[in-house]
Amino acid sequence: MANAYLALADGTVFEGISRGAPCDLPGEAVFNTGMTGYQEIASDPSYFGQIVTLTASEIGSYGCNPEDMESLGVHLSGMVVQQLNPPSSWRSRQSLDELFRQAGKPLLSDVDTRRLVLHIRETGTQRAWLHADGTELPVAQAVAKAKAWAGLDGVDCVSHVTAAAPYSWSQEGDCRIVVVDCGVKWNILRQLAAEGCQVMVVPAGTTAADVLAMKPDGVLISNGPGDPEGVPAVIACVKGLLGRVPLMGICLGHQILGLACGAATGRLPFGHHGCNHPVKNLLDGTVDITSQNHNFAIQQDSLPDCLEVTHLNLNDNTIEGVRHRSLPAFSVQYHPEAAPGPTDAHHLFGQFLRLVRGK
Amino acid sequence: MPKRTDLHKIMLLGAGPVVIGQGCEFDYSGVQACKALKREGYEIVLLNSNPATIMTDPEFADRTYLEPMTPEYVHEIIRRERPDALLPTLGGQTALNLAMEAWRSGVLKRYQVELIGADADAISRAEDRRLFKATMDGIGIGSARSDSAHSLEEAWVVARGIGTWPLIIRPGFTLGGSGGGIAHSEEEFAQIVRRGLEASLNHEVLVEESLLGWKEYEMEVMCDKKGSAVIVCSIENVDPMGVHTGDSITVAPTMTLTDKEYQAMREDTLRVMRAIGIQTGGSNVQWAVNPADGRRLIIEMNPRVSRSSALASKATGFPIAKIAALLAVGYTLDELRNDITETTPACFEPVLDYTVVKMPRFTFEKFPAANSTLGTQMKAVGEVMAIGRSFNQAFQKAIRSLETGHWGFGLEPKQLAFDQLDDAKLEAELERPNADRVFMIHGALAHGWSLEKIHALTGIDLFYLRKLKELVDFEGQIDGTAKGLRRAKELGYSDRQLAYALKMEEGALRALRKKEGVVPAYGTVDTCAGEFAAITPYYYSTYMDYDEPVRPADGKRKIMILGGGPNRIGQGIEFDCCCVHAVFALKAAGFETIMVNSNPETVSTDYDTADRLYFEPLTLEDVLGVYEREQCDGIIVQLGGQTPLNLATELEQAGAVILGTPPADIDAADDRGIFKGIAAKTGIRQPLSGMAETVEDACAIAERIGYPVLVRPSFVLGGRAMAIVSQEGAMRSYMSEAAKVSPGHPVLVDKFLEDAQELDVDCVSDGKDTVVGAIMEHVEQAGIHSGDSACSIPPRDLPEEVLSEIRASAVRLAEALHVVGLMNIQFAVRHGVLYVIEVNPRASRTVPFASKATGRPLAKYAALCMTGARLKDIGFDHMPHIPYSAFKEAVFPFVKFPGVDITLSPEMKSTGEVMGIDVSAAAAYLKSQDAAGNRIPRSGGVFLSIRDSAKDPALPYLKKLATMGFTFYATAGTGRMLYAHGILCNAVFRLAEGRPNLKDLIVERKIGWIVNIPDPGDDGAKMRSLAIEFGLPVTTTCAALQMAAEGLENSSIDGGRMDICSLQEYHRMAMGKEHASQ
Repeated sequence: MANAYLALADGTVFEGISRGAPCDLPGEAVFNTGMTGYQEIASDPSYFGQIVTLTASEIGSYGCNPEDMESLGVHLSGMVVQQLNPPSSWRSRQSLDELFRQAGKPLLSDVDTRRLVLHIRETGTQRAWLHADGTELPVAQAVAKAKAWAGLDGVDCVSHVTAAAPYSWSQEGDCRIVVVDCGVKWNILRQLAAEGCQVMVVPAGTTAADVLAMKPDGVLISNGPGDPEGVPAVIACVKGLLGRVPLMGICLGHQILGLACGAATGRLPFGHHGCNHPVKNLLDGTVDITSQNHNFAIQQDSLPDCLEVTHLNLNDNTIEGVRHRSLPAFSVQYHPEAAPGPTDAHHLFGQFLRLVRGK
Repeated sequence: MPKRTDLHKIMLLGAGPVVIGQGCEFDYSGVQACKALKREGYEIVLLNSNPATIMTDPEFADRTYLEPMTPEYVHEIIRRERPDALLPTLGGQTALNLAMEAWRSGVLKRYQVELIGADADAISRAEDRRLFKATMDGIGIGSARSDSAHSLEEAWVVARGIGTWPLIIRPGFTLGGSGGGIAHSEEEFAQIVRRGLEASLNHEVLVEESLLGWKEYEMEVMCDKKGSAVIVCSIENVDPMGVHTGDSITVAPTMTLTDKEYQAMREDTLRVMRAIGIQTGGSNVQWAVNPADGRRLIIEMNPRVSRSSALASKATGFPIAKIAALLAVGYTLDELRNDITETTPACFEPVLDYTVVKMPRFTFEKFPAANSTLGTQMKAVGEVMAIGRSFNQAFQKAIRSLETGHWGFGLEPKQLAFDQLDDAKLEAELERPNADRVFMIHGALAHGWSLEKIHALTGIDLFYLRKLKELVDFEGQIDGTAKGLRRAKELGYSDRQLAYALKMEEGALRALRKKEGVVPAYGTVDTCAGEFAAITPYYYSTYMDYDEPVRPADGKRKIMILGGGPNRIGQGIEFDCCCVHAVFALKAAGFETIMVNSNPETVSTDYDTADRLYFEPLTLEDVLGVYEREQCDGIIVQLGGQTPLNLATELEQAGAVILGTPPADIDAADDRGIFKGIAAKTGIRQPLSGMAETVEDACAIAERIGYPVLVRPSFVLGGRAMAIVSQEGAMRSYMSEAAKVSPGHPVLVDKFLEDAQELDVDCVSDGKDTVVGAIMEHVEQAGIHSGDSACSIPPRDLPEEVLSEIRASAVRLAEALHVVGLMNIQFAVRHGVLYVIEVNPRASRTVPFASKATGRPLAKYAALCMTGARLKDIGFDHMPHIPYSAFKEAVFPFVKFPGVDITLSPEMKSTGEVMGIDVSAAAAYLKSQDAAGNRIPRSGGVFLSIRDSAKDPALPYLKKLATMGFTFYATAGTGRMLYAHGILCNAVFRLAEGRPNLKDLIVERKIGWIVNIPDPGDDGAKMRSLAIEFGLPVTTTCAALQMAAEGLENSSIDGGRMDICSLQEYHRMAMGKEHASQ
């Protein structure tokens, strides 16, 4: 039988069984520690270019359904799991492997994911090659391919996942929010709509002038994949919007707000990917358990005077939220829209809309 | 926000005796709380009546009260200690109920004691069904249609309102759903409602719409006073609604909930907690989910640390009780560290990269008449937890951890009987939740039934059924190749199962497996799925590529201690207590300690106890795996009860070093033939006896030595299948039963010593010197299992010759059996002659009681001796004498098994024990009765029925009772005797003889105490059943009557108030006496 495995650039190899579409491709090897939410992860555009290992031991058991998609398709490069199960849930419409086959993405099962996770923890995020196309490929060649791959640093990943053209998500509402789509998760749009907003989505390349021309009451810079420095157009857009309209940034949007205000961003050793990160609100001392998915972060020592740190990650003290000292703009590194993960931080949408509605 | 500085002295309530629904998990939580709060500098006052707990070790609190857990004693302790606060959330329902009573009675207010952890209003909102439902309605959380009722009539009104069968009946304020049930008919309904009203502390039952077949979930939640909250663990039940969670197979994390459903449940769990008003600490919320449409209803909420909290702590590595205690004194979650990583805060939600399976342990074999159908009333006496990298692996490990004779799921001889059942029987048994249902599922799968059919019958989710089918399908594919063996191991098969499938010896299979390089790898329970480095060495075996490196022991010798596995009758917390003591002693002496155990309720499986913890089944394979990996220097097998002892010989044969008494000698003591020789050689007297292989043998022996005889199979714990037989017919029927109990082992026939005084003696030997730790005298007459009988230290009126003969016998026996460590001897004294009944060179059930009473931790000394220390160097060179008395009393589960014969016999039936301690022996006895829930009334009516031979000895005490104003009701003979001595009494009939009889008196509540001293053989079963049903104390021996009468007389001096004193003070008294006598 043909071999299937994940080869890291440092030569470490993890064998498994190919369960998704036959593929042979590079990606950044990361892991996510959430115990539920594989479908949301698979459809989260922020994972573009990444091969995501799930640490939970039993995957697939509740299947997949159309309501839980976070975008139109599967954007990550591949998924690696331990036990893959057929679905058993009243909500399920297809199995996880069907979803992957349909999306043309590889899914590797029966992997010792703990070994993989500990390896990434010790060596950091790595370039990797996922070999699962049904052919026999010598391991050395895969490792060489992983090494040869340029990786995602400085690359514009956003253009691969952003909307091709502006569209309206919901027409009803007392205020109009324009969402700059860097790879937006639908639950952000659902949350805004649920809060009674008209939601317009624009592609990531949209200029500040074009956004302002839509007469928004507020602008949200969405989550998205990759290195924030790879999307100078969005940074420029945010610079143009700052002070003109209330702004909220989520994840990549948060890093972009930071860059637009003069902060620097950099890579974390192996990123934050999971649903259990404690984030402390420095303003009121409360802690939210948050959903996270990022490899880059605003660097503590680079913070300009105009930004104030509002949230810290209690695990490693990295910056999780900032606000502008004088302008109506704030952002968080984590995912208030959850999906997957705890809904503790849903209240941030309310906070944003209070800013928007001037209440 | 740091800890509170306005609190100095905190009172903690333990959970009292181990009963069904409340096991040793609350010792685990209590120990954590005591340690955490003490470390913070608080003065701790502890109340717990259970001497076999680690938390009542004197070093865990400043003042430890082993007094009855009743409102009166709580009042006395508060009066004496004046604590600033009372923490009631760590001692189970017992502690919570007690705290609520203290609050209601105004005691807390009067002495200005603050309830911390949960306030009274929050407790009421969670515990009072009506308030709870109203609170849930208020936040839009649905619950099953239901209403509460305070009488059968009210219950009918509710039932008609709901309008569908079946109906669930749950009593308010009880342990483990005690007294509840599912009613399918009007008849059942009336019966269960009546029982429920009786069991409920507030005389209330909830009648509820049935959610049978819905999926059941539990979320463990922690919160701090600033409002931060985390879900520590989510648990999914394999058995759907209708089976008590404590009786269900459960899995962590949840398997079949989408993230949306999980998060909605999480969000609602937090809302519930806030609506109830829990300010700090741990709670759990139980949910039911309709598998057809996801509709979710709340079942209940526990505003305290629970049985599932212990499971959740062990499953995730998050120490719920410890954190709850610290939150209660003012810390917030973000201020506390995660012990396992030491770098991240406790304010996070643990993630698992493994699957955890919990299975309940039942003992229906002990109560053959009990209904084995599982329902809303908990029947399990213990549980095991297993960790694997897949559900199947964990599932099979859990089955073999149970020690029910199953080697796993399928591929074992015990499965055959289930596979051979016919379809009709299988169908019936699948529909009826019962302890063997998973084996029935195997049978159904082997018959080729569809998963849908099995699902329709059991309601078990297809996810689990598919997993089980995967196992059944795999059975035909097993081969001995490296790849095949590895796959089998990943699926959790034991060496034994594989050897069976491949028709090999287990040892040969193991050798082959090792040769093929298929060896276990070990994973760490690290709370974070590998995201951060774990400091704490808490492991489970698996068969993946990654193996956690073995940590260096820094030159220390490594000692493995084998725990006792699941709690069951005859083997429970007492043995865990001994194991933990060994760990403490060896750690302090500079050894590296390695604990192996499978019981999530225990202190031994706290990762904070031993240097390394392996959560593993206690089988030869699993233990050897750890032993070889850790390259241990030796194993201690004599402290964990029968479970590790059963492994000793095989472990030794496999090359492991057994510390302490050699396994051959342990076996010799158990082997009647060999031991007879030893006894003869050492000049120790035994009752006449013989060993029978057949019915005829047994009858011949009994004829020779004379009836009555005591019969029992060899090699069983807890006196399983032991009986007193007084004629040949009974012997024949016993023998046909006994053969089933222990195939291949003969039956022992002993002369039964009537009217003998029975003694239990625990001693320690270092191989040269042997010291008696305590001599305990049984209160009940001989013939009742020692685990079930009350006993006292010191014994009453034993002549000095007998005492010195006991000590001399102990020394000779220890020498003959090469004892290094503990030894328990049961003696009988009859007419001044000492007989040895039984010798067990291992920890006994009484070791914790003896240690607590005397202040000399025998298991600690024993562990040190096993590693080469001398008793004289430890400073234990003579039997301690205590200037006070301690009584142990047993606690029984009969209330949970309505209809079973509750007569005490040589077969052990108790689940737990309590201790009463006082300077007066009689007061100590009364306290032990109060603590066990057999509260002897201080006035009122007493029923008397006393056998002729006991009438004279009983008379003086009856006179005392009469003087104190008790009203007597007596049967004819007893009545005549009383009249003859001028004592007035009312005549009553025996149960079978006419009316008014005892039952009428009980029903009319005319009597509150039964004194029934029967002839041997007259079991008085009906009388005892009645007493249990109505919660009346029963006194069955003259000695007990004497104790009770004198105790009552004592307490009347003090206006009925009992004197209390802390264990630390008693121990100081004992030390003082020791010094004085030197």
